[in-house]
Amino acid sequence: MAPARLGQRYGSFVATPTLVKGSRSTRSTIALKLLMAVTGLIFIGYVLLHMYGNLKAFSGHDAFNEYAHHLRTFGEPMLPHEGLLWIIRVVLLVSVILHVYAAVMLWRRAQKARTVKYVVKKHTGAIFASRLMRWGGVTLLLFVIWHLLNFTVGKVNVKTGETGDAAGDPFNLLVDSFDTWWLTLIYLVAMAMLGAHLHHGIWSAAQTLGFAGNAQARWFWRKVAFTTALVITVGFALVPVSVLVGIIEK
Amino acid sequence: MTNDMPDTTLAADPSPDAPGDATDDAVGYYTPGDPIRDTKAPEGPIAERWQTRKFEARLVNPANRRKLSVIIVGTGLAGASAAATLGEAGYEVKSFCYQDSPRRAHSIAAQGGINAAKNYKEDGDSVHRLFYDTVKGGDYRSRESNVYRLAEVSTNIIDQCVAQGVPFAREYGGLLDNRSFGGVQVSRTFYARGQTGQQLLIGAYQALERQVAAGTVTTYTRHEMLELIVVDGKARGIIARDMVTGEVQTHLADVVVLASGGYGNVFYLSTNAMGCNVTATWRAHRKGAYMANPCYTQIHPTCIPVSGSHQSKLTLMSESLRNDGRIWVPKKKADCAKDPREIPEEDRDYYLERIYPSFGNLVPRDIASRAAKYQCDDGRGVGPEVDGVRRGVYLDFADAIARLGRDAVEEKYGNLFDMYARITGEDPYSLPMRIYPAVHYVMGGLWVDYDLQSTIPGLFVTGEANFSDHGANRLGASALMQGLADGYFVLPHTIRDYLADGPFEKLAADHPAVLEAEQSVKSRIDHFMTVGGSRSVDSYHRELGHIMWEYCGMERSEDGLKKAIDLIRTLKDDFYRNVKVLGTADSLNQSLEKAGRVADFFELGELMCIDALNRRESCGGHFRAESQTEDGEALRHDDQFAYVAAWEFGGDDEQPILHKEDLVYTAIEMKQRSYK
Amino acid sequence: MKLTLNIWRQASEADKGAMHTYDLDNVSPDMSFLEMLDVLNEELNASGEEPIAFDSDCREGICGMCGLMINGEPHGPEVTTTCQLHMRSFKDGDEITIEPWRSSAFPVVKDLCVDRSSFDRIIQQGGYISVNTGSAPEAHSIQVPKEAADRAFDVATCIGCGACVAACPNGSASLFMGAKITHLGELPQGQAERDTRVVNMVGQHDHEGFGGCTNIGECTAACPKEIPLDVISQLNRDLRMAMKHGH
Repeated sequence: MAPARLGQRYGSFVATPTLVKGSRSTRSTIALKLLMAVTGLIFIGYVLLHMYGNLKAFSGHDAFNEYAHHLRTFGEPMLPHEGLLWIIRVVLLVSVILHVYAAVMLWRRAQKARTVKYVVKKHTGAIFASRLMRWGGVTLLLFVIWHLLNFTVGKVNVKTGETGDAAGDPFNLLVDSFDTWWLTLIYLVAMAMLGAHLHHGIWSAAQTLGFAGNAQARWFWRKVAFTTALVITVGFALVPVSVLVGIIEK
Repeated sequence: MTNDMPDTTLAADPSPDAPGDATDDAVGYYTPGDPIRDTKAPEGPIAERWQTRKFEARLVNPANRRKLSVIIVGTGLAGASAAATLGEAGYEVKSFCYQDSPRRAHSIAAQGGINAAKNYKEDGDSVHRLFYDTVKGGDYRSRESNVYRLAEVSTNIIDQCVAQGVPFAREYGGLLDNRSFGGVQVSRTFYARGQTGQQLLIGAYQALERQVAAGTVTTYTRHEMLELIVVDGKARGIIARDMVTGEVQTHLADVVVLASGGYGNVFYLSTNAMGCNVTATWRAHRKGAYMANPCYTQIHPTCIPVSGSHQSKLTLMSESLRNDGRIWVPKKKADCAKDPREIPEEDRDYYLERIYPSFGNLVPRDIASRAAKYQCDDGRGVGPEVDGVRRGVYLDFADAIARLGRDAVEEKYGNLFDMYARITGEDPYSLPMRIYPAVHYVMGGLWVDYDLQSTIPGLFVTGEANFSDHGANRLGASALMQGLADGYFVLPHTIRDYLADGPFEKLAADHPAVLEAEQSVKSRIDHFMTVGGSRSVDSYHRELGHIMWEYCGMERSEDGLKKAIDLIRTLKDDFYRNVKVLGTADSLNQSLEKAGRVADFFELGELMCIDALNRRESCGGHFRAESQTEDGEALRHDDQFAYVAAWEFGGDDEQPILHKEDLVYTAIEMKQRSYK
Repeated sequence: MKLTLNIWRQASEADKGAMHTYDLDNVSPDMSFLEMLDVLNEELNASGEEPIAFDSDCREGICGMCGLMINGEPHGPEVTTTCQLHMRSFKDGDEITIEPWRSSAFPVVKDLCVDRSSFDRIIQQGGYISVNTGSAPEAHSIQVPKEAADRAFDVATCIGCGACVAACPNGSASLFMGAKITHLGELPQGQAERDTRVVNMVGQHDHEGFGGCTNIGECTAACPKEIPLDVISQLNRDLRMAMKHGH
């Protein structure tokens, strides 16, 4: 929408200013949404696996550490050491870049699509989670960065002040971290945000992929989205809460 | 041919009191002119005339078509379909509408359906029967060759619309459903729930937009035609105002088509859209196009009653409601203010079923309308009192709900019931609806020949804007049929005979006739902007409407019409001196737009009254108090009035000139109707 | 009843515009919302202030010409068009804020009127079935299952008013487009152009400056014709299929 066209619009008001030629499906806003949906689904798959791993903490110190070790040796000798982990990391990294890219593009479009805001605007028909997607997404991104520093890249043990390998084995690092009330709080807030993001995101992905094309399907995917979001949020919250209240101990 | 006609028509009784010579009440109001006749319809059997005309109409070489330009004013069914079809054929088309999109044209509001002689129900329908019903419904005041053609092409319309994706109602087998409509005894009406007009218009609109993309049609939205350009006696373009910038523009073309709809808004309150107006056709009339039968208006019986003086328009509910609803008023005046559910069966007067046992609630629109008026005038109307009278009768679905079940009624009429509930705040499933007649459609319009060409060569008129097909009354579900018939199947064939004379000499934008037209538009606008009076345009319009409804509405009389003419003249005079239009001429100015339209309504209103005065007979949609049978039924006078009254503009402050076109029926016998 | 009205006034597209406040007395609950504005305009006219420009035509809820943002909701608090909204939905003493549709693809023409020709251009890009006049086969040669015909009708009831765009936090016209895609896609007649239709319509939609849909659902809540959200899913699916077919 060139400014020149807007300006001239009423000079000679003909309802046919420009018709775009040669549209491609791959260059549309819907393609961006499809990208978001697919990358989002990859994350959901990963998050479910991650949650399963976390819940291993209930089996105790050795089982948890063995699981963490096993992740690194998975697929050997077909795959090199930590091979699967790296494949997953690369896929996730690419996904997060694409997901954020699509989100930013759509966000910018939305900004341009309404440059003059309403004085009064109600949000009838929207679930709260759907209006939290963008800032919620930013929050999650920040959390993920901290989370990686906490447990993967930097390994920071906030209790002992040690970093790197000195921070302790995976299980001990986990327990030390969630024994710290404020860290657990940050974590729980992030999980609530994740739940909200998934509540709308899963439904939205189904809608974008075209799986919700009738009333029953729409109802079904609304339920799937809510249930999955709830399971993931509760599943992730169980371990830190259990550490904090002393159910899981070193 | 007439043996198999329904026996509800009785041979006309020569009325004993019919004067041998016409008592012309309009003497002194008009100048008699020469007779006029249609010269385009071929001779020969009626069933062959259209085929003959299509063959005889000259062709235009496809290579020449893009050099020929067509202006089409209006984007309703008749305009959009013509623009799309002529665009497909390769002509250069300019399409104008005053709305912000062609899709808003008021055809969109038609609810009931569209007739077509498909005979899918195998119930005895045929082209001839649709023709017969239409002529009879029009009370033998339409031109038979035009009507026959309408019936003939009706079947093509359905094919075309289905192919376009119009979602007509279907049966479980996947084939199209039909219903009986408006007092007709065969099921020939195709429908899309209660929104047939919308679906047909969207179909035509989409076809039009397809041609815009193809580059054959250019649309000018928020443009209003304010003058016709006539050069050497031929229509060569229009002056239009860009309603956003106020720019007065000249658009030249080889031929002009007016598809600008009807003028029911002369009554102020009508079921027409707020913007519906007579300006395009009236400006053409002033330039030499004859206006035919302007007093023929149709009053629709099933509208939602007026709720107060703020009312800006009336809302129609589909006549199909009368298929299952029963109309009644209380027998006792004392019951009128009561809750209708508390009035026992024996105290209800189902007056249509009582007076017209064979047709009951399905009597034609004018009979149903007038009967409702009589009940209310008799003090047995229901609903709120406005100016001391209850103007409304009940339309009750209690029996239908008991018989068919609420779900079936909802399936059929759900959206109409919702609409009623929204407007009145009452629930029609539990409380009878209230209805009252309102102006709905005008059968009158610019005079056209068989080719749909007006008396100005190069000016064609289609749809409600012309007069040709409905006579003195229109059958339900026939307006959509006529609009699409004209636009898709008739005009594209007849206009080529005119265009075959092209390519035409190029017209200079500074031709004196062009400049004169432009100047007259500008000075009119200047006048309204500088009058500096004290009354709003709407207040004049409302007063004019009141005069028209009171004296030129359902029932007319000589005294009333003469009084109306005086009132209109006085009011018009005051309007020009005292109207108040604020804002500027070079921006969007809705008061200015309305001022121009109301100015033309004044002139039209006067002509309608003169036409009604001249026609001292009751026929079709209108009733002359001086012409009724002993038991108060409409009395037609075929010996005196079997003509089309085509009015020529005589000049400002001059009398109009009446040209009569005699109506000759070769394929049908004129009968006095009786629905008793 | 008595009302306080905050109304957006803007002389032209180039003008900046601002909210103005008007008091209106003697409003009847039986008036439609637009009749209430008619009454206000008569008062303004009498007092020498230019009446407020707002669009309306049929005033029976079908042409789609009217459309105002009323207290932050397109067409106001009821599921209907502005012309069919009645003052009985408000109460004495209410303050009502009235704004035009806000969308870069719907520039304000004057006061409360906007230009929605972008919708026409979306239709021009394929919102039709290509069939020239006269070339149609006999109507009964095409059978359409009743469910398909009914669904096609349900979504074809879109009136093109733009409430979906006005409501959408992204300013997307996906509901409008989805309704047309679904209408034509449900019918056997619409299959031949199905892929190109969706690709070209979406291309024009994006070109006009509408936002992308994020499936929030405010559009369907605002739609006076209650077009369901699943038409957007259908739209997305059609685009995905077109992508698969290489368009």
